Amino acid sequence: MNKQLLSGDEAVARGAWEAGCEVAAAYPGTPSTEILENLATYPDVYCEWSVNEKVALEVALGACLAGVRSLAAMKHVGLNVAADPLFSAAYIGVRAGLVIVTADDPGLHSSQNEQDNRFYGLFAKLPVLCPSDSQEAKDFVKIGFEISEEFDIPVLLRLTTRVAHSSSVVTLNERAPKPPQGYEKQLQKTTLLPAFARVRHIDLENRLDRLKAYSENTPLNRWELNNTDIGIICDGVAYQYAREVFPDASFLKLGMVYPFPEEMVRNFAERIKELIVVEEVDPFIELQIRALGLKPIGKDRLPRTGELNPRIVRESLLGSTTKVTPEPNIPNRPPALCPGCPHLGLFYSLQKQKVIIAGDIGCYTLGALPPHSAMDTCIDMGASITFAHGADKALSANDPRPRLAVIGDSTFFHSGITGLINTVYNQSNVITIITDNRTTGMTGHQNHPGTGKTLMDKETKVIDLEKLCRACGVENVIKVDPYRLQETKKTIRKVIAEKKPAVIISQRQCALLAGKQGRTKKVDPEKCIGCKSCLALGCPALSYANEKAVIIETSCSGCGMCVEICPKEAIG
Amino acid sequence: MNLLVCGVGGQGVLLFSDILARLAMAAGLDVKKSEVHGMAQRGGSVTSHIRWSKKVYSPLIEEGTADIIVAFEQLEALRYIHFLSTAGLLIYDPLRIDPLPVQIGLVEKMPDEVLQERIAARAALNRAIPAFAAACDLGNPRVQNTVMLGAISHFLEFPLSFYEQVINQLVKPQFVEINLKAFATGRALLKENLPAKK
Ligand code: SF4
Ligand code: SF4
Repeated sequence: MNKQLLSGDEAVARGAWEAGCEVAAAYPGTPSTEILENLATYPDVYCEWSVNEKVALEVALGACLAGVRSLAAMKHVGLNVAADPLFSAAYIGVRAGLVIVTADDPGLHSSQNEQDNRFYGLFAKLPVLCPSDSQEAKDFVKIGFEISEEFDIPVLLRLTTRVAHSSSVVTLNERAPKPPQGYEKQLQKTTLLPAFARVRHIDLENRLDRLKAYSENTPLNRWELNNTDIGIICDGVAYQYAREVFPDASFLKLGMVYPFPEEMVRNFAERIKELIVVEEVDPFIELQIRALGLKPIGKDRLPRTGELNPRIVRESLLGSTTKVTPEPNIPNRPPALCPGCPHLGLFYSLQKQKVIIAGDIGCYTLGALPPHSAMDTCIDMGASITFAHGADKALSANDPRPRLAVIGDSTFFHSGITGLINTVYNQSNVITIITDNRTTGMTGHQNHPGTGKTLMDKETKVIDLEKLCRACGVENVIKVDPYRLQETKKTIRKVIAEKKPAVIISQRQCALLAGKQGRTKKVDPEKCIGCKSCLALGCPALSYANEKAVIIETSCSGCGMCVEICPKEAIG
Repeated sequence: MNLLVCGVGGQGVLLFSDILARLAMAAGLDVKKSEVHGMAQRGGSVTSHIRWSKKVYSPLIEEGTADIIVAFEQLEALRYIHFLSTAGLLIYDPLRIDPLPVQIGLVEKMPDEVLQERIAARAALNRAIPAFAAACDLGNPRVQNTVMLGAISHFLEFPLSFYEQVINQLVKPQFVEINLKAFATGRALLKENLPAKK
């Protein structure tokens, strides 16, 4: 037997491959990105970056109805985008198995909220599996496919950042391919006209009843009976923390949290003096236990926000014994745009303009922070253009500040394009800036329709952003090079003055992909007067010491943006 | 063993912890490793928790229980020092990388002496290993992490042959040689000044 150290995401990919999965689709999003990146390295699985999560889920649903096991993966907020097909998929069911991975982000390591997607199971009526480490992540994918096929329903596999991004030992198996079943028209099953859908809803409720019975008996939900003074019910990584803190307690570890195994919980509770629920974020398990009339300790003690860890579990439930406090007053180290990042040039050019700027999701969201402070909002994928449109309608002529939207290329393809069409159709005065760095920068440089490459590294047609925007009906489409600061600033000023809808495509390859752009720049201390003008660029390679600007040689990418700024020509 | 590694995005914290986790696995132990970083490491602070033993549950180390902290930068050493157990060992690179707000003058800089004093006050057992400087001397700043690996190898239970094996597995072939050199350098750097065994 072969053992390997795998992250939860790698383990999900491995599990899907071993289970004979043949089609997988996703849109990149932390902490789910590595699932498809890894799955694409296995032979015999078609993998794609879909343009967004709704598309990804529909692709996977189509593939499973065409008879092959398929998987869709996304981060928690991505499932919101895919919520429409999600609810329909429960009615329709599957042909070959369908597993939908949602990677939640408690603690908000890289997200705009920390929603608890176990509730999607309850809401959309889908079984939910919650692995607690990499071995389970791998095993649960396979079991997920089996459940999906046995009960004719898609299965939600819920990871959290701590499961997705931590590594543990996993036993590997070989792939067990499934013979494809082919496509067959099943009109009443797959066409959700009201008359058919009514019947499908009744069928879904029946399937849920059968799933409930399964949940009562599955080894996914297991007892560990030890000392019965304390009994802990938990799922996911919370199980690991609770085991660590209460080595002698009894446990009911839930691998399947929906449908909820009521009888199993009742039986467990009967033997226990004090019942505790340990779970991250929302009281999903606790609510269902309370509905049984039981009164466990849970969110009255444990936090509803952020990740758990052994210390939080210990302090919340046992009271603090020896409190360890971190050192006070250490300067924060927030993430920053990279040296030579083209966004630096754009944000520099936007500084100090009297404008309203709606931002979006990507590296460029960091432009909201000082020194640029070049953004007012960040809501969800694609909300920049639509927000600016709404603000324009609300403010009309009463507020002279121009309405701008800043959105990345990948995000534009994801859901910006509909917003742009909306501004044209409904006639608002929005200036959209597409920060086109030829990649999906934030999540680690995934390809998208503008790059000419697929996830499986095939050459493909490149979608031309400029032509696309014109085709959407925007007449005024201008390209700028954000490395040319003066020119960029001038263009932006000019476009703003015209008071007409426009798209500015700020195009330059992501600095991490472009690598060294030229000779490392230096500051001549004789010429530098310490005016700090160059620091306004926000380049991490630029710093300030002894009243002079300094360039950190090892970080400088040689892009030359700072050269243009210095009024004394001290940089070169 | 609870071992915490911290540093700044891009310093090779992740490769370093990969190597350690694989060493533990090669020794037949259960191991869990967890990286904690926000926003895909755009120069932010990065930590990795590695735990090995017969059986490991939590992938995260509890504050006050780390046996060893390896810090690739001084401010980060101080930021995570409360994870160290009272008898724990801190090995840190006296390298100083100020965060962007400090660099551009938005936040005040902490003087070196203050930083040093605060580190010493909280970690009785500590050693400064100038791994970055040594790596630069070797001609590749990126092997800072392997110099550190050499230094802490004195305190880990794995045979030396394991390190070579794992480095061979994880490092691109053209960089194996310089990494082995860096490892030897790190071992030598610490040997000169071995702290008393607990
Ligand atoms: S990854 Fe690319 S886009 Fe993101 S901050 Fe760095 S250079 Fe800019
Ligand atoms: S040339 Fe100037 S702006 Fe460009 S990376 Fe170097 S210091 Fe930063």
